[in-house]
Amino acid sequence: MPDYFHGYAVVGLVAVVGVLFVGVAFSAGRLLRPVVPTREKMLTYECGVDPVGEGWAHTQIRYYVYAFLYVIFAVDSVFLFPWATVFDAPGFGGITLAEMFVFLGFLTVGLLYAYKKGVLEWT
Amino acid sequence: MDALDVTVRIVAVFLAFLLLPLLVGQTEHKVMAHMQGRVGPMYAGGFHGWAQLVADGVKFAQKEDVVPDGADRRVFQLAPALALIPYLLVLVAIPVAPGRGVVQALDAGIFFVLAVMGVGILGSLMGGWASANKFSLLGGLRTAAQLMAYELPMLLAAASVAMAAGTLSLPGILGVWEWWWLPWQLVGGVVFFTAGLAELQRPPFDAPIADSEIIFGAYTEYTGLRFALFLLAEYAGIVVLSALTAVLFLGGWHGPSADGLGWLWMLLKTGVLAFGVIWLRVSYPRLREDQIQRLAWTALVPLALFQIALTGVVKVVM
Repeated sequence: MPDYFHGYAVVGLVAVVGVLFVGVAFSAGRLLRPVVPTREKMLTYECGVDPVGEGWAHTQIRYYVYAFLYVIFAVDSVFLFPWATVFDAPGFGGITLAEMFVFLGFLTVGLLYAYKKGVLEWT
Repeated sequence: MDALDVTVRIVAVFLAFLLLPLLVGQTEHKVMAHMQGRVGPMYAGGFHGWAQLVADGVKFAQKEDVVPDGADRRVFQLAPALALIPYLLVLVAIPVAPGRGVVQALDAGIFFVLAVMGVGILGSLMGGWASANKFSLLGGLRTAAQLMAYELPMLLAAASVAMAAGTLSLPGILGVWEWWWLPWQLVGGVVFFTAGLAELQRPPFDAPIADSEIIFGAYTEYTGLRFALFLLAEYAGIVVLSALTAVLFLGGWHGPSADGLGWLWMLLKTGVLAFGVIWLRVSYPRLREDQIQRLAWTALVPLALFQIALTGVVKVVM
């Protein structure tokens, strides 16, 4: 178990290096760059004309059904990883393979259903 | 593993993280130019404009850092950091040579790599939302749509390799890799690489950026150093994607006399894939947002499921 965490200690150190790099870059940038704000410069960019309304506009998220699909499928697929490391171990063999096809069958039927329902069309 | 060893490895991964993306960027300048009948940068540094990106960096550092009044300041300023740092972390787990040729072998390597790469996309989402700009909002929404569509085939294709190798550790996968995995995992490899391109928002999947349509999407309001960090993240992403595809599907350091020259094979495979990424940018027009979604759900996901079935059958029968 200590070995397991040791690996992530190195990852943590590299993360610290990354944060330092960005921090140093931002502070150095602050020293190097000019600061000359004007009212026009601080306006939201909208092709040169004055911005109309506000940027956080109401938008129709057309793909929210995809989002549902994604959550369902992704949660399913995450279980593949622990299974992948053991499925051909002695004593599993044919039965796990059959189980895999049941699992894939569920996913495929789900996908076909979504397709039939016309959910996979961007309307 | 002592302190000196760890330090050397961390410095090495940091240097690779700074140099390789620039190398890919410069190659893109030159390769793209020659493919389009131009010569590309020729002046900076003298010899064929080799210092063009250094000059660009100096320019970016001198530019004013504008944060629009309407923006969500803190989030806006942090977004480039969040886009960049995950790619540095991913490099830690990627093996470049047999034996000790990896900064840190992680037991759950594939899992770690995929999870951390997903975090990088948050940078674009944060930038897109915090800019309070209509173009950025559209870009951010498109990024989110693309992430959801392509994360799944990428995950499934990677799972197929984990099944074939019976381990999640990247060095472990290369340890059992054999040449006939190339045709065996070919479909998965194509799915993985394509999905990775889409996650990086590289052409032809660059609808979320689309400079001629929504003015660079999430990056519209960014200037100077922060914009440069976003660009660096894009090229670091190309390096990471190419290296991962090489490890998972092309056998990483495997090749003639791999014990001594393993790192060279790995670099070569990564380089060829990165060249492919550039080539695709020059040759394909941008896909529309609905076409991008359709490709993911009706082509890549079924193909990835097929690859999993194939891997399972071959593995159990053999």
